[in-house]
Amino acid sequence: MNWISQIVSVTLFNLRTIPERKASAMAAAVGIAGVVAVFIGVLSIAAGFRAAMTISGPDDVAIVLRSGADSEMTSGLSRDDARLIADSAGVARTAEGPLASAELFLMINLPKRSTATDANVPFRGVEKAAATVRGNIKMIEGRMFEPGRNEVIVGAGAARAFAGLDVGKKFRTGQNEWDVVGIFSGGGGVSESELWTDAAVLQPAYHRGNSFQSVYAKLASPEAFQQFKDALTTNPQLKVKAVRQGEFLAEQSSMLTGFIESIGVFIAALMALGALFGALNTMYSSVAARTREIGTLRALGFGSSPVVLSVMFESLVLALIGGTAGAAAAYFAFDGFKAATINWQTFSQVAFAFDVTPQLLVQGVICATLIGLLGGLFPAIRAARLPIAAALRSL
Amino acid sequence: MRCMIPSPHEPPILPRSWVQCAKSFFREVSPYRMGREDRSTQALLNSMKFLSLVWSNLKRKKLRTALTLLSIFVAFLLYGLLCTIKEAFTAGVSMADADRLIVRHKVSLIMELPVSYQTRIAQIPGVNTVSHFTWFNGIYQNEPKNFFGSFPVDPEPFLAIFPEFSLPEDQKQAWLKTRTGAIIGQGLADRFKWKIGDRIPLVSPIWPRKGDGAWEFEVVGIFKATKKGADTSGLYFRYDYFDEGRAYGEGSIGWYAVRINDPNRATEIAQAIDNQFANSPHETKAEPEGAFMQGFAQQIGDIGTILIAILSAVFFTILLVAGNTMAQAVRERTEELGVLKAMGFSNELVLSLVLAESCVIAAVGGLAGLGLAWLITAGGSPAPAILPVFYLPPHYVIIGATLVLALGLVAGALPALHAMRLRIAVALRRDA
Repeated sequence: MNWISQIVSVTLFNLRTIPERKASAMAAAVGIAGVVAVFIGVLSIAAGFRAAMTISGPDDVAIVLRSGADSEMTSGLSRDDARLIADSAGVARTAEGPLASAELFLMINLPKRSTATDANVPFRGVEKAAATVRGNIKMIEGRMFEPGRNEVIVGAGAARAFAGLDVGKKFRTGQNEWDVVGIFSGGGGVSESELWTDAAVLQPAYHRGNSFQSVYAKLASPEAFQQFKDALTTNPQLKVKAVRQGEFLAEQSSMLTGFIESIGVFIAALMALGALFGALNTMYSSVAARTREIGTLRALGFGSSPVVLSVMFESLVLALIGGTAGAAAAYFAFDGFKAATINWQTFSQVAFAFDVTPQLLVQGVICATLIGLLGGLFPAIRAARLPIAAALRSL
Repeated sequence: MRCMIPSPHEPPILPRSWVQCAKSFFREVSPYRMGREDRSTQALLNSMKFLSLVWSNLKRKKLRTALTLLSIFVAFLLYGLLCTIKEAFTAGVSMADADRLIVRHKVSLIMELPVSYQTRIAQIPGVNTVSHFTWFNGIYQNEPKNFFGSFPVDPEPFLAIFPEFSLPEDQKQAWLKTRTGAIIGQGLADRFKWKIGDRIPLVSPIWPRKGDGAWEFEVVGIFKATKKGADTSGLYFRYDYFDEGRAYGEGSIGWYAVRINDPNRATEIAQAIDNQFANSPHETKAEPEGAFMQGFAQQIGDIGTILIAILSAVFFTILLVAGNTMAQAVRERTEELGVLKAMGFSNELVLSLVLAESCVIAAVGGLAGLGLAWLITAGGSPAPAILPVFYLPPHYVIIGATLVLALGLVAGALPALHAMRLRIAVALRRDA
C-alpha cells in the first residue's frame, strides 16, 4: 500500500471514530470556538470604532486648528483667522465663495438612552458649506436647520444613543432651548455622533463671542493639500496647522483603538493557551483510547508518519469545526452591534457599530488552525512512538 | 441500588488500612444509623483520611492533570486581570467620599465656572470647605504617551478636602512658599523618576502661558495615598501662578469639590448650591462625588458590559474542558469505583471522593492563577496614561476564590453523580 493511501485510510478511520469520543471532541471544538469568538468579538470593537472615526475622511478635506492644539476642543481661531484660512490657496471654490466651514465644537450633557446617565455629546456649530465640504452628509429624516434659529440636526448615531433627540422634540441645555428638526447620516462616520446647528447661533449661546475652533476646508484636489498647508504656514498673520481629515481622525482614535486592540489580543492569547491545553488533553486521550488500534495498524505494516499525520489531521478537523463555529457565532453576535463609548482624546461620545471584518474572520480561523496543529502535534508524536508489542498488549 | 452490606472478606487489591477506613467510615456516616448533623461533621473529619486516595487518583495521569490545571490557571489569571481593568475604569466610584460634592457647569464639564463662586458656595449652610480644579492637560516632552493628569488648585483647601493624599508637613509649607511649586503623586514620581527639586516643563494645548506658551514647575512635594486605590498619578500646582500666567481665561476654573458636614444632607446641599446659581449665565450642577464618578465611568458604556460577557465566555469554555476531563477520569475508573462500592464505600463517600478530586484541581489551578494576577498587578500599571489606578481589590479575590470552589463543584458534579448512581454489578462487569 502506498504512503498516501495509508494516510487516507488511517485518517478516515480516525474520523469515523470521533462519534465514539463525542464529549471530549466537542469540548475541544467548543474551547476553540470560544477562543475564536472572543478574539473576533473584541477586535471587532476596535475595528468598528476605527471605521467610525476614519470612514468620513476623504483625502480632499483638510482641518485647520490653532498650532499647538491637539484636538478641536483645545483649539481656538478668531473670525479673521477663519476668513484668511478660507481664502487661502488650494481651497475649492464655487460661485458662492470658498468651500470652507468655520466651526465651533462644544460639549453638552445629555442622558444616554440605555442608562439614562449623562454623557458628553459633541455639539457642533457649522457654517453653510459644512455638508458640502464633508461630502457624505444626507438628511434621512426631517429637514436642515434654518440659519439664525435655535434648531439642530442630529447625527443618526447620536439620535440612537441619546434620549430626547427625535425629530419634533425640544431639549434644554443651560439657558437655551433647541428644536430637533432633522436627522442626518454621515456615511457611518464620526459626524453621525454629533449635533449640528448654525455656528452664528451657537457662539452667543455659549459666550464664545466671535471665535471658532476649527475650519474644515474642501481642497481643489487631494494634491492641493501641500499648497494649502504652505499658504497657511507662510502667512505671518496665522498661527495654525493644517491636517488632512483622514489623518486627523486616525490620530484622534489611536489611543482607544490601540487600547482595545491590545486588550483583545492579550485576552485571546491567554484564552488560546487555555484552549490549547484542552485540545492537547482531547488528542492525548484520543490516542490513548486507540492504543491497540494504532498498534495493530503498525503491526500490519503501516508506517509511523501516516499515524502522525492522521492524528494531526483529526485535531485540525476539530479545530476548524470549532473555529468556523466560533467565527460564525462572533459574526452573528457582534457584527453591526450598536454601541457608544467615550473617546478620551476628544472627551466626547462616539456612536459606532461593531465591525466583524473579513480579515478578522480569517485571522480567527488561522488562530484555530494553529491551535489545532499544536494540539495535535505532541499526541501524534506519542502515537507514532508507541512500541508495537506493548500497544498490542494494552487493554 | 444501594449496597449496604460490608464485604465479608478484605479484598487483596487495597491495603488493609484502606478497607478499615472505608468500613469505619461507612459505619459512622451511614444515613441509616446517625442523625443528619452528626453525619456532616463526621463526614468532614473523615474526609481528611481520604485525601491520599484523591491524591493518587490525580497522579494517575499526570499529563492530563497538569493540562487541566494549566487551563484553569489561565482562566483565573485572566479573571484577575480583567477585574483589575474593570476596577481601573471605575476606580473613582469606589474612592468617592460620601461627604464630598462635585459642582460643575450645568451644560458640561468642559465649560468653565467663575472662581468667584468659591466664596458664595462656602457661605451655603452645611458646606465645610470648597476647593476648585481646572483641567490643565499638561503634556510632558511633547509626547502624548507621557500623559498624566495635571491641575491648578488652591493648596490648602485641596489638601483639606482630599485626606486620602498625605503630604508631609514640611513639603506642604514649601508648597505654600513656592509660587511655581507643584506636588506630584508617588505613582507619578515613580513613573518618571522625579524627585523633590526637579523642574518639570509642561505644555498645555488648552492653556498656553503668556509669551512663549511653555510652563515650568518645581517639584516641592510628593504625596502618598493613605487609601488603597487612590490615584497618585497626578500633578497639582498653584492656581495663583496659573491664573496670572495664562494667556486668557483669567478668573475661571473647571469644577469645584465641596466638603460638607453631614453626608445625609448631600442632596439637599447640592440643591441649595444649584439654586444659588440658577438663572445666572453659569448655572451649576452639583452632585455627590460618587454619582459624578459613576456618570463618568458610565460614559465608557457598553464596552464594560462586553468585557464581562467575554469573561463569562472564558469561564464557560474552561468549565467545559475541566468538566470533560473529570468525566473522562471517572469513566475510566468505573470498575474501580465498583470495587470501592462493593467493599462498602457508601454512595455519598464515592460522590465526595470524585468531587474532592475536581475541587483540588480547581483550587490548585485557580488559586495559583489568582495569585499570579495579584503579583502582576502589584507590579504597577502597564499603561499609566490610560489606567492610572491598577490593583486587584480584595473583594474580587474573594469572588474569585468562590468561583474556584464553584468550578470544582460544578465540574465534578455530573461525573460524581454518575459515580454515585453506579450499579456495582454493571461497574464490575464493564471491560472485564
